[in-house]
Amino acid sequence: MKSDLIVLGGGPAGGNAALAAAAAGLSVVLFDEQPAAGGQVWRAPWAGKADPHDSPERREGDALRDALASSPVDLRFGRRVWSVGRAFRVDALGPDGNEWVEAPRLIAATGAHERVVPFPGWTLPGVIGLAAATVLLKSHAARPAGPVVVAGCGPLLAAVAAGILKAGGDVAAVVDLASARDWLVAVPHLASRPSLLAQGLGWTLKIAGRGVPVLFRHAVRRVEGAERAERVVIAPVDETGAFTGGSERSFEIGSLVVGHGLVPGGEVPRLFRAKTRFDRLRGGHVPELDADGRTSIAGLYAAGDGVGIKGAAAAVLNGTLAGLAAARDAGRLSESEWRKRAEPARTAAAGLAPFSDAIAGLMALRAGQVASVPAETVVCRCEDVTRGEIEAAAVAGATEVNQLKHFTRCGMGPCQGRMCGETAAEILARSLGVEREAVGQWTARPPLRPVPLADLLGRFDYSDIPIPKPAPL
Amino acid sequence: MIERDGAFHRRAAPGARMVELTVDGRAVTAPEGEPLATALAAAGILLLRRSPRAGAPRGAFCFMGVCQECAIFVDGALRQACMTPVAAGMQVELRGVP
Ligand SMILES: Cc1cc2nc3c(=O)[nH]c(=O)nc-3n(C[C@H](O)[C@H](O)[C@H](O)COP(=O)(O)OP(=O)(O)OC[C@H]3O[C@@H](n4cnc5c(N)ncnc54)[C@H](O)[C@@H]3O)c2cc1C
Ligand code: FES
Repeated sequence: MKSDLIVLGGGPAGGNAALAAAAAGLSVVLFDEQPAAGGQVWRAPWAGKADPHDSPERREGDALRDALASSPVDLRFGRRVWSVGRAFRVDALGPDGNEWVEAPRLIAATGAHERVVPFPGWTLPGVIGLAAATVLLKSHAARPAGPVVVAGCGPLLAAVAAGILKAGGDVAAVVDLASARDWLVAVPHLASRPSLLAQGLGWTLKIAGRGVPVLFRHAVRRVEGAERAERVVIAPVDETGAFTGGSERSFEIGSLVVGHGLVPGGEVPRLFRAKTRFDRLRGGHVPELDADGRTSIAGLYAAGDGVGIKGAAAAVLNGTLAGLAAARDAGRLSESEWRKRAEPARTAAAGLAPFSDAIAGLMALRAGQVASVPAETVVCRCEDVTRGEIEAAAVAGATEVNQLKHFTRCGMGPCQGRMCGETAAEILARSLGVEREAVGQWTARPPLRPVPLADLLGRFDYSDIPIPKPAPL
Repeated sequence: MIERDGAFHRRAAPGARMVELTVDGRAVTAPEGEPLATALAAAGILLLRRSPRAGAPRGAFCFMGVCQECAIFVDGALRQACMTPVAAGMQVELRGVP
């Protein structure tokens, strides 16, 4: 099947890109593996969830879902895109097997994933991601086993702690890498979005009202337990996130929820070898884009947190701009009509910058975090590769992340380096004594996400999960 | 002594259809359509598999289809439990988990 435009991702960025392009007259196909639009932040509750609570995020998500449903956009939910090829052919695995669409233009809006900097015990069952907890609370009407310690950094900490309390759970402590001062410095910028500031204060009050201890400038030292997480030990850190040697505290837990910010996915621009640069504030390698989301590859656009962490409000605007740019480039919008539609989004996006910088700043990786990972701790969960093994590879001559993959299998497992990639790259750079930029970026390979070959072909086993071929050195 | 919950908590919708699935021969009840990883966690089954190299215990981690820690056998095929909706009569196998 052919269309004018394919949009990959139905979150705030992709959803709005599809709407803007379709409103300008393009035929648009939108792919997302989730059952409904909304992406991570406006994730729809699955159908049987208990009394879906009313929240600003819920309302925004419903508004996007309604707008898409009444638009001419060809909606392909429940489809995992596993291949994106030249001329822009997209292959996706859906309920009826493989399907493909071709279009001269493609907008990649695949979002971000979570970074968790490893510590001993982080692989134990009962330790889950912070962003993962938002999915449980928002979409599954579930909360982790209590008592819960919520640890890491960024605005999701308070949101998740308050969400667990609201759902009737027990939060033993909130452990924040940031100091109270870091937050105070960020707050004036957060105040540029009063509704969110109020939400943040609401979360904070909810935590305070329950007498939950909030430990600023602390981090998880280790999690103990045999077959699941039973105890978390925390300790004070300095402003770089390195442990100060101050006294440890421990909490008996049912679960640890932990996250250290987000990493932009960006696999589609990388697959096409679009120009990228490393941007620590934005979470990792990001494609170089013009003001409308054009990558260095003709016809390929990108928007949202997948091209640098900026948050949902910026994703909406950048998605809209990318959709308009695609329509303009396809000759469906005159210069003046394009300007009329794009100008408001551009102005609003510029106004958001202080807010998104403040949010990104609270979530950005700190130098001392990676330095604190013990040598025997697993970094790559898929292949059980430890920090020590990564350092040994550096000594043995690995100078770049794709070589590291060959030396250690780090990043070669089914998650394709999404969980460990940024941490492993930082460790490699540190052990070589070079900047993070110098060790390069992970080459993206199809499949974009693993798909069982059985669903494409026939019966299969674990070893049949397509795992990307090693990158050429 | 602090009481530790054995399982995750979930509130099923009042009208949800509760169905039965089998996990290594054991019957588990969950609302139809719920992501399987959540259904298992709510039944106290957090340990889903062991890591291939070190044999270390693992469970669902990202709940968004990225980490692959929840890859288990559902009706004979390897599936990501966090992306697989519960269906009546589903046969779940945690191969390699004692
Ligand atoms: C797990 C998680 C939870 C988060 N929770 C919050 C929160 O509660 N509050 C908040 O302010 N911010 C949250 N964020 C931050 C979030 O990234 C942004 O605020 C916002 O969702 C970005 O919008 P987006 O459109 O760029 O990407 P997303 O909303 O992530 O949308 C991307 C979409 O692309 C789809 N997709 C990706 N790859 C494929 C593929 N190969 N095939 C098919 N579909 C694909 C995904 O299913 C997803 O729906 C969260 C992030 C994550 C990772
Ligand atoms: S829990 Fe990470 S893929 Fe399912």
